[in-house]
Amino acid sequence: MRNPLLRHATVCVALAVVLVLLTYVFDAFTDYKIAGVAIFFIAAAGLTVLTGVNGQLSLGHGALMAIGAYTTSLLLKEQPQLPMILPLLAAIVSTGVAGAVIGVAAARLRGPYLAGATLALAVGLPQVAVHYGSVFGGNQGLPVPVPTPPSALGGDFPNERWLAWIAIAAALITLFLLANLVSGATGARLRAVADDEAAASLAGINVARIQVLAFVVSAACAGLAGSLFAYWVGLTAPSGFGLSVSLQLLSAIVIGGLGSLSGAVLGSFLVVMAPFTISDLAGNLNLSSDVANNLPLALYGVVLIVTMLAFPRGIQGALFSLWRLAKRNLRRPQAPTVSTTA
Amino acid sequence: MTPVEAHTEGNGAAPAAAGAPMLELRSIDVNYGRVRALRGVSLTVNEGEIVALIGSNGAGKTTTLRTISGLNRPSRGEVRLRGVPIHQLGAERIARMGVAHAPEGRRLFPRMTVRENLEMGAYARTDRAGVRESFERVFTLFPRLKERTSQLAGSLSGGEQQMVAIGRAYMSNPQILLLDEPSLGLAPILVDTIFEVIREINARGGTILLIEQNALLALKTASRGYVLETGNIALSGPAQDLLTSPDVQRAYLGM
Repeated sequence: MRNPLLRHATVCVALAVVLVLLTYVFDAFTDYKIAGVAIFFIAAAGLTVLTGVNGQLSLGHGALMAIGAYTTSLLLKEQPQLPMILPLLAAIVSTGVAGAVIGVAAARLRGPYLAGATLALAVGLPQVAVHYGSVFGGNQGLPVPVPTPPSALGGDFPNERWLAWIAIAAALITLFLLANLVSGATGARLRAVADDEAAASLAGINVARIQVLAFVVSAACAGLAGSLFAYWVGLTAPSGFGLSVSLQLLSAIVIGGLGSLSGAVLGSFLVVMAPFTISDLAGNLNLSSDVANNLPLALYGVVLIVTMLAFPRGIQGALFSLWRLAKRNLRRPQAPTVSTTA
Repeated sequence: MTPVEAHTEGNGAAPAAAGAPMLELRSIDVNYGRVRALRGVSLTVNEGEIVALIGSNGAGKTTTLRTISGLNRPSRGEVRLRGVPIHQLGAERIARMGVAHAPEGRRLFPRMTVRENLEMGAYARTDRAGVRESFERVFTLFPRLKERTSQLAGSLSGGEQQMVAIGRAYMSNPQILLLDEPSLGLAPILVDTIFEVIREINARGGTILLIEQNALLALKTASRGYVLETGNIALSGPAQDLLTSPDVQRAYLGM
C-alpha cells in the first residue's frame, strides 16, 4: 500500500481486532497484563519519538507519567463520577503543557546536561507529592476507582477485559498518530535535527521549535500512559513513578530497536511481561524465600543484557535483518537471468 | 578594493556578467570566546559571479561562511543580502531567504537516503513543480546521484557525499551558494567533476562564494578573489590578478 495513512490505519484496525479477540481467549489476569503492556507502550512510543527519532535523551519520563496520573487522581477526587475520557484528556493536556515548559529548557541543553536535568525531574517530582501530602496524598497516594464496563456488555463482563480494551484503544490511537507523524514531513524534520542540528538549521528548520514539539508530543503520550496507569494500579502514589519507570521505558525502546515504533511495541512487551513470567517460573521452583524474591530481578537483568548482546540494534533491527536475508535468498535463483539480460 | 573587471578565464568559460551586489559583508568581527577569529572583514559578491575566498588553515574562511549563514554571530559589522541586513537573524531564517550553505565536512543526514537529503534542501520551498525541476537539474549535474537515490547518505563515498552536499544546497533554489572546501579529501578526477558543476551552476546564473585551500583551482574558477590571513582580508581583486600576484604565488601557489 503506497498511502502511509491508509497502511497505518489498516495495521491498527487489524491489531485492534486480533487483540480484542485475544482478550476473550485469555483469563482475566492475562487481560490485565495485556492492558499493562498497552499502557507501557504508550509512554515508550512517546519516548521513541523524543529519544529515538529526535535524539533528545530523557531520563524523566516516569515523572511525566506521574503528572498525568496525579491530574487524573485529583480530578477523580473532586468529581468521582466523571466519564473516563475526561480525566484521560485532562492528563494529556496538563502533561503536554509540562512538556512544553521542559522542552523549552531542554532545547538549550545537550547530551549529558539534558540527561542530568531530566534525571533531576525523575528524582525530584515524586518528592513534591510527598511534601505536599494534604493535596497529593503523601506516600499513601490517592485512590483511583476501578473503571467498570458499561452495562450493555452484560453483567458478568470482567473489569480487567474492559480496562484492556480501553488501554488497547488508547495504544492503537497513539500508534496511528505517531506513525503518521514520524513518516511524514515532521518526521523528516525530527530526524534531521537528531542527525545534525547545524545542517538542519541550514536547511531552514527551526531546531528549537522542533525540539520543543518533540517534547510536547512525547510528554502528552507519557501523560496518557500515566493516567491509564493510575486506573490500572487503582492508586497514584510517588513509589509508582520512581526512577525505575524512566529507566524501564528507556530500556524498552533500546531493546526493541531505537527509533522504531514497532520496536517500542516489542520492547514494551518484553519489559512488562518478562517480570511476570520469571516470577511465575521462580514460584514453581520451590526455592527458599530469599532466592525466590530476588531471582526474578536478577533474571530480568540477565534477559535484558543477553538481548542487547545478541541484538545490538534491538529486536526490531534483528527481525529486519532476518527478513532482508530471507528476501535475498528467495531472489538468488533469479539473479543470473537478470544479469544476462542486462 | 579593486573594481570588478570583465575578463576571460583561463579555461575559456566566460563567467556570467556580474550584476548588483548580492551579498555584502561590512567590517565583520567575530569572536570565539576571547579569540578574535575575524577582524574587519569586508567583502562583496555580485549577482552572477563566482568569488573565491582563499587562505591557509585557521585564517577564518569557514568562520566567514558560518557568519554569513547565521551559524556564528558577528560582534560587530553587517551582513547584507540584496541590501537587507541578515546578521541578526537565525540560521533557518537566513536559509529561507535564499542563502544555501554546503558546510565544511558535508554534514549530510547519514540516516537518510540521498533522495531524502536532497528533499531536506528543498524543505522550505512550497512550489512543488519547481522542486521537481530542481531534482531533475541536480540529477543532470550529478548523474551518479540518480543511481543512488535510495542509498543511505552515510554509506556513500566522499566524492558522492560532496555531490549530495552541493546538490542539497542547490535544491533550495538559492540566491547565493556558499561552498566550503568542496575539493577537500577528493580524488583529482572527482575534484574536476565538482568544479565543472560549480562552473555549470554559475553559467546558469548562479551566484557562488567559494572557500578553498586549493588556491590555484579556486582562482581559476572564480572571477574575483579575496585572500584571508589570520582574520583579515590581506588582498583582493580579479582572480587573474591574484593568480599573477607574487605574494599569492609565493604563499598559496607554491611558486
